[in-house]
This record gives sequence, C-alpha cells and structure tokens, in this order.
Amino acid sequence: MSVIIIAELSEKKIKKQSLEVISYGVALANQLGTDSIALVMGETVDNLSSLGKYGLKKVIHQQHTASMLSDNKLACRFIADVCTQEQAKVVVFSNSLLGKAVAPRLSVKLRAGLVTGAVKLPDTSNGFKVRKSVFSGKAFADVDILTPIKIISLNANAFEIIQQSDAVAEVVESSIEIGAGTLNIIETKKNEGNISLADADRVVSGGRGLKGPENWGMIEELAQALGAATACSRPVADSNWRPHHEHVGQTGVAISPNLYIAVGISGAIQHLAGVNRSKTIVVINSDPEAPFFKAADYGIVGDAFQVMPKIIEAVKNLG
Amino acid sequence: MKILVCISRTPDTTAKISFTNQNTTFNAEGVQWIINPYDEWYALVRAIELKEKDSTTIIHLINVGNNENEAIIRKALALGGDEAIRINSESNDPFFIAQQIAAVAKDGYDLVLTGKETIDHNGSSIGGMIAELLDANYISLATKLDIENGNAIVGREADGGEEKISAPFPLVVSCQKGMAEARIPNMRGIMAARTKPLKVAEAVQSESFTAVTGFDLPPAKAGVKLIPADTPELLVKLLREEAKAI
Repeated sequence: MSVIIIAELSEKKIKKQSLEVISYGVALANQLGTDSIALVMGETVDNLSSLGKYGLKKVIHQQHTASMLSDNKLACRFIADVCTQEQAKVVVFSNSLLGKAVAPRLSVKLRAGLVTGAVKLPDTSNGFKVRKSVFSGKAFADVDILTPIKIISLNANAFEIIQQSDAVAEVVESSIEIGAGTLNIIETKKNEGNISLADADRVVSGGRGLKGPENWGMIEELAQALGAATACSRPVADSNWRPHHEHVGQTGVAISPNLYIAVGISGAIQHLAGVNRSKTIVVINSDPEAPFFKAADYGIVGDAFQVMPKIIEAVKNLG
Repeated sequence: MKILVCISRTPDTTAKISFTNQNTTFNAEGVQWIINPYDEWYALVRAIELKEKDSTTIIHLINVGNNENEAIIRKALALGGDEAIRINSESNDPFFIAQQIAAVAKDGYDLVLTGKETIDHNGSSIGGMIAELLDANYISLATKLDIENGNAIVGREADGGEEKISAPFPLVVSCQKGMAEARIPNMRGIMAARTKPLKVAEAVQSESFTAVTGFDLPPAKAGVKLIPADTPELLVKLLREEAKAI
C-alpha cells in the first residue's frame, strides 16, 4: 500500500508546485498510515535523494526525456505499471499541464476515481471526500471517491511546503521500458519573458487603463523587481497589445499566485474568476468604483502613471 | 473527416453562484444557461472552420444531460453542427460521462473535440478519459488544430511555451483560447437548426467513480485596505510586513 506522488522537473530542478504535492502526498500517507513514494520522470538529476527532507522515503526515477506531456499514453502506461508494482492506494498529481494530460487517462486505466483541483487533504473519516475548487474559484465541492484506488490532482498554492528533517530518500532507477508512441513533436517553442505564468509566485498584470502597449515598461519593470511574471486582461490580449498566453481570466489562464498586482484592470467577473485564488490581491485603478476593489486586499485609487514609478522605486529599495 | 464535438451546458459566466438543500444542490434560480464557452468558442467553432475548408467534413454534437439541455444543443446546431445526439442522463461523474461519449465516438469518428474544461466543475478530465477508453492519443489544452496529409497538426501549451505535434487519427483534443474566433449564429443557421436531427439515446451501463456530496462558498474577503495615492510606498511596506507577500 502506498501513496504515489508524481513530481515534475523543470530546468533540472523539482518544480515548486511539485514540492507542494510532495508535502501533500507525505501528509496524506501519514493520515492513511502508509508509505509515500515520489515518481520523477525526465533527465537525470543528482539531488533527488535530498527530497527525503520533505518526508519521502523513496524516489523512483525514470530516465525518459521525450515529452511525457504530449505522449500521455506512454506516461499513463508507465505510471500505471509503477502503481501496480507499488500497490498504490492513492496517486497524487499537481493540477498542472502534465496532471491534466495524464491523470484522466490513469483514472480509466486503473479504474480509480479522480478529483482534479483539490485544495486540501481529503476527509477520510467517512469515505474519501476531497474538497476541490469549482465554478472557477467561486465555490468548493466535496467529492467522494468511491473506488478502491483514488487519484487526486492538487491546485497550485493550495498546500504549504513542509520540510521535516535532513533525512535522505532512497533513489531507485526504474527498469520499466517506456516504448515509443505514435505522436511526433515537430517543434517546441519557449515563451518570451523569464517566468512562466502558471508557476509564478507573484504576478503583475495590466489592463486597458494603461492606454497602450507602449506603456508596458512599468509593468515589466515592477515584475522584474519583484521576480514576478507579467500578465494582462482579456481586452489587452484581444487588442494584441500583449501575447495571448499572458491573458488571465475565465477564458485565459487561471492562476493562484501568492501576490497578484492588477494595474488598470476594472475587475470584470470573468477576470476575477481567473485570479480569485491568489493569496494577496493588490488593485491600482483610477476609478474608485472599479469592481476589482471589492475583491482586493490592498488598493490604491490613483493614476498608475504617477503611482507605479514610486512603487517600483520602493521595491528596488527593499534590498 | 468525421468530428464529434462534446457540448456541455453551464451557467453563464456572470451567474451568481449559490446552493440550496443544505448546500447539496446548485441554485439554478434566475440562472442563464449557456454552452460551456470552451466547448463553443474553441472546439465547435474550430470544427466549423475545418468544415469550411473541407466541405466533406461531418460535425456531430454530443451532450450528456436531461431535456433542459436541448436549447443549448439547438444553438450549437445553429452555429454549424450537422446533427446532435443527447444521452439522457443527469450524472455528473466524469467517468460515467466519458463512457457515454466513448460509446458513441468509437463508431467511426476520426476526431473528438472537447473544451479544456467546463466552467462549473473545472474538471478538465473528460477528454483524457475518452482517449483512454478509445485507446487513442490525447492532446490536451490545444491552441491550434489543422489537418495536413491525413494527420492532425496540433499546437498545444507546454511548460513555459508551446509544442507543435503531428498526430494520426483517431485523436482526442481538448481546446482552449487561440484555437478559433468566437462567432454568433446567423438567422439562416438558426432556421436550419430547427430541422437538423437531434437524437436522444439512453445511457449505456456504466459505473460511477465519484459522487459530489456537497458545496461550500469561500469565506468573504475582509475588505480592501486603501492606501493614499500620494504614499504608494506604504503599499510596499504593508506587502512586506503585514501580508508577507514580498
């Protein structure tokens, strides 16, 4: 019996979202009185044993560098094999691109009920009830998983990373053959900008109030000073002021960073649906009636062109 | 090319979200129902665009739901589906629903399109489940879809960027922004939709893997703390010392 945790690599490092899901999986294993095992797919990295400090006893590494994301059929087959081998009781993913691609397939393959977008540990006192985010962050649903094996995908920023000790995890190289799929990746392209929106801990976002793409310098400058990603509202992406992948909102990317700073965005309900899971929301808008202020933690009613340079300066002086 | 587009019914994006029956049922009073935007704007409209390029393309729509869903199915037909099938069931278990769609999709469809998720359950799981049931490839969160030399050429969101993939049929694709431009039905489409076939079938036998037991609303925000516009540096101080966000 075990809890299998799917951890992901980016630039040879375990992603922050994966550290969250490792902490979640370890806590869940403790709750169920079973072991937790992390499964890492991708290029060899030498510090996997240090994942022991999050409470993991064992890490299984699979050297496979092709896109498991795209070839989710292969990824699913491989994870299913590991689950059988390790007698998995629960499998936990991040609700990431990989989780969205693979978890549903695995649900069918293992005949295991899946809840995506979990926000806390399940209630196992009577059944196996997982609380998940629904209605684009406007509500929660409690979903009981009825099958013997359960699969959960955890939302970003929903669970605290917990370091437990200096313990070292045992790292095992997987000997399962992955095989080849029938998909052919023709091209891969990296987005411009340094930090990907989905992984970003802080996000600075601009709206129509900025009047034109030529005024994005201050958004980028503040983002850079904060180590944040940049984003925008839908009208901005639709006017091609900014690339579409920066659009956050109901029909764009849904994000849940620690800090979301919205500049010149009025806060239409569809925009809020994409950002309302952010921990701290700051709104800067010249219109005191902007609906966004109702959803904000901090607000400045003022002209962005006058306020932003002072904020940027204050952030740079933080040290 | 035979395309099956999965259509779900969801509350309008501006609907007020509340629950009744001790928080076990969505309160539908005064709610406008729409085609799930991802299903409509991206999956269905892209299928229509593909048909406009190749008129031999056949577009069928599938919905799993009760007869209240027929208004949004007719709207999807007005946009450009050729015919529709409704599987008569009120289940909200993703596996049960995927089984229903797979049972239809295995009947000679090359391409199954879904939206990237529904805006009510936010599951993002039906497409992958259908693919596994059909033993087909699945490309999730696609932003582009073309057909070239008997293969699908699909652009998809990848970590920090994009991938372009060539895939054989049959194929399941979940669609998101970038895939197509939203459009509205025209009068000719609306008239034509009245006579297009809308079949109703009973659900095939299937297990359910999950059950929703209740809902809850997030706690209300404490209220915004306003900072005077002439001292914006105070914001930075509060973000560091109070919110501990920077």
